[in-house]
Amino acid sequence: MSELHASPQKRDTILYLDGVSVSFDGFKALNNLSFYVLAGELRAVIGPNGAGKTTMMDVVTGKTRPDEGQVVFNGGVDLTALDEARIANLGIGRKFQKPTVFDTQSVFDNLELALAGSRGVFQSLGFRLTPEQRLRIDEMLETVGLTERRAALAGDLSHGQKQWLEIGMLLMQDPHLLLVDEPAAGMTDAETEETAQLLKRIAGDRSVVVVEHDMEFVRALDARVTVLHEGSVLAEGSLATVQNDARVVEVYLGR
Amino acid sequence: MRSAAGPIVTAVLGDATGRIVVGLLVAAAVAVPVLNLMVPAGSPLHVPPYVVALIGKYLTFALLALSVDLIWGFAGILSLGHGAFFALGGYAMGMHLMRQIGTRGVYGNAELPDFMVFLNWKELPWYWYGFDAFPFAALMVVLVPGVLALVFGWFAFRSRVTGVYLSIITQAMTFALMLAFFRNDMGFGGNNGLTDFKDILGFNLQAGGTRAVLFAASALAVAGAYALCRVIVASRLGRVLLAVRDAEGRVRFLGYRVEYYKLFVFVVSAMLAGIAGALYVPQVGIINPGEFAPANSIEIIIWVAVGGRGSLHGAILGAILVNFAKTYLTGAIPEIWLFALGGLFVAVTLFLPKGIVGTVPAFKFGGAGGGWRWRRLVPARGRSEERP
Ligand SMILES: Nc1ncnc2c1ncn2[C@@H]1O[C@H](COP(=O)(O)OP(=O)(O)OP(=O)(O)O)[C@@H](O)[C@H]1O
Ligand SMILES: [Mg+2]
Repeated sequence: MSELHASPQKRDTILYLDGVSVSFDGFKALNNLSFYVLAGELRAVIGPNGAGKTTMMDVVTGKTRPDEGQVVFNGGVDLTALDEARIANLGIGRKFQKPTVFDTQSVFDNLELALAGSRGVFQSLGFRLTPEQRLRIDEMLETVGLTERRAALAGDLSHGQKQWLEIGMLLMQDPHLLLVDEPAAGMTDAETEETAQLLKRIAGDRSVVVVEHDMEFVRALDARVTVLHEGSVLAEGSLATVQNDARVVEVYLGR
Repeated sequence: MRSAAGPIVTAVLGDATGRIVVGLLVAAAVAVPVLNLMVPAGSPLHVPPYVVALIGKYLTFALLALSVDLIWGFAGILSLGHGAFFALGGYAMGMHLMRQIGTRGVYGNAELPDFMVFLNWKELPWYWYGFDAFPFAALMVVLVPGVLALVFGWFAFRSRVTGVYLSIITQAMTFALMLAFFRNDMGFGGNNGLTDFKDILGFNLQAGGTRAVLFAASALAVAGAYALCRVIVASRLGRVLLAVRDAEGRVRFLGYRVEYYKLFVFVVSAMLAGIAGALYVPQVGIINPGEFAPANSIEIIIWVAVGGRGSLHGAILGAILVNFAKTYLTGAIPEIWLFALGGLFVAVTLFLPKGIVGTVPAFKFGGAGGGWRWRRLVPARGRSEERP
């Protein structure tokens, strides 16, 4: 692994996967995967279908427990011992490959549910939005371009709008690290470009890991690229570098 | 904004549905006893005692249906064992009523209920202690179902048992309790259950006045439970539950502890079911292990489905209509009542997936004036359970 990247600096590494393996019925979806993400970094993860990109996010967010390896967050917390809710509250947000929003609730309410803050049962019984929080939701509606659809049921949105809503929900959580799985699927070219710009704006204050197949989108992100293949890192570097990497070319074209 | 009361009143009475439901229940709580007690028997306005008893019973079923709709309609928890919580509340009340019999039993034993004397028991089992006192019994009416729900739910929800598996274990729970309560050595009257009650709080249970008060209490209990459910589902907690119903996994990734949310409504729901059972027992005069029968719990689901899942007032309506039909049909065509019930469920599933309130325009009240909050609570689409 060491030839792929310099040893991570503990101080500014937000996420560090160390030798993570996951197998499903003997099939290794992740195979001794190691890589790290810096604080404030925007990172693109690409790789052919079945490379293990979604599984990697499952491991980080507590959905799947790895057979081996460690996932270290923020320089100390081992995420493999924690459950989804705990990990989310540590500041890791996730957008799913298939957009998952709450279909029977309004766009506004979807954002409100994601709003950072108390998650306690009894607090939620007496919860009322403060004017500042309301303003924040209004701003987020504006950011993700859904102001006009604020009262619409999330289930009635188009696929692209659902993607945006889910990104908005992610941002409402105010996470330190965002894992975004194929955000541009189902979007028009213009929307794709806008999404890339949005993610670029978000990074800096936070770290963003984006999985995407769409090369135009990855190009627009203008970020460091990690290529996954058969559950481990095949190459890492700028898009131009990895595109010229013989092994990457073989994986993408050689089949 | 000024106090906590404002939002609560808005949640309950802020739309036409809330005002109509609460209004009708409060009106019934007053009018039926008045028409029963004050209007002479010959008058066309007179409500005969058997009607009071019958509707009073339906109202306890309506309360039970509300408790099921709260978890099934708003959190996607399909309990097929809610009859158990109802029966436990009923038993708690029944035990108190048994202690009130005193020396008026067949054996005239002030220390022991008749069935214990019959079984040659010498002393009262420890778990009967305290039931002499009404406040203690009233506490047990909610505490016993609540604690069972807490323990059961803790294990089930923490282990992420959902969907059909959860339904099956709730069914197993009520079945196990039924078998236990059938046993004489459990000390709950076995097969025969608890019966031959004489009075409640010193008032003769056969007296018209007592029955009228029980009726009024049932109607007000339904109104109160309805209000409580409305407050819950209108709160952020209610929206989290709705989200759990529609996409449980997603809610966890937002940082919510789904199991605690489910546990909360499950316990509240079990307590409401317990209260329903406690109001049912003095009105029908008996509680026996048959109340734990798995089929009873399934019937509750039918009431809610017929009325309209996820609307609260639909559950009330469904419980009353189905039981009215049951009373009528068991009299008119006793042989085929069960088929009629089964057919009703199939027909509703096929033709009225949203139940009566979701289909019949007359019952879709709340849409016209300021009902946006309410409409939002009613699920727009029916099939949400298949999704993760
Ligand atoms: N729960 C599971 N059970 C069994 N196999 C699984 C499971 N989840 C993932 N896999 C398998 O693991 C491999 C990696 O899947 P993963 O979803 O991580 O790929 P991916 O890189 O996200 O692919 P795509 O680009 O198609 O989204 C695939 O072969 C997949 O079939
Ligand atoms: Mg994937």
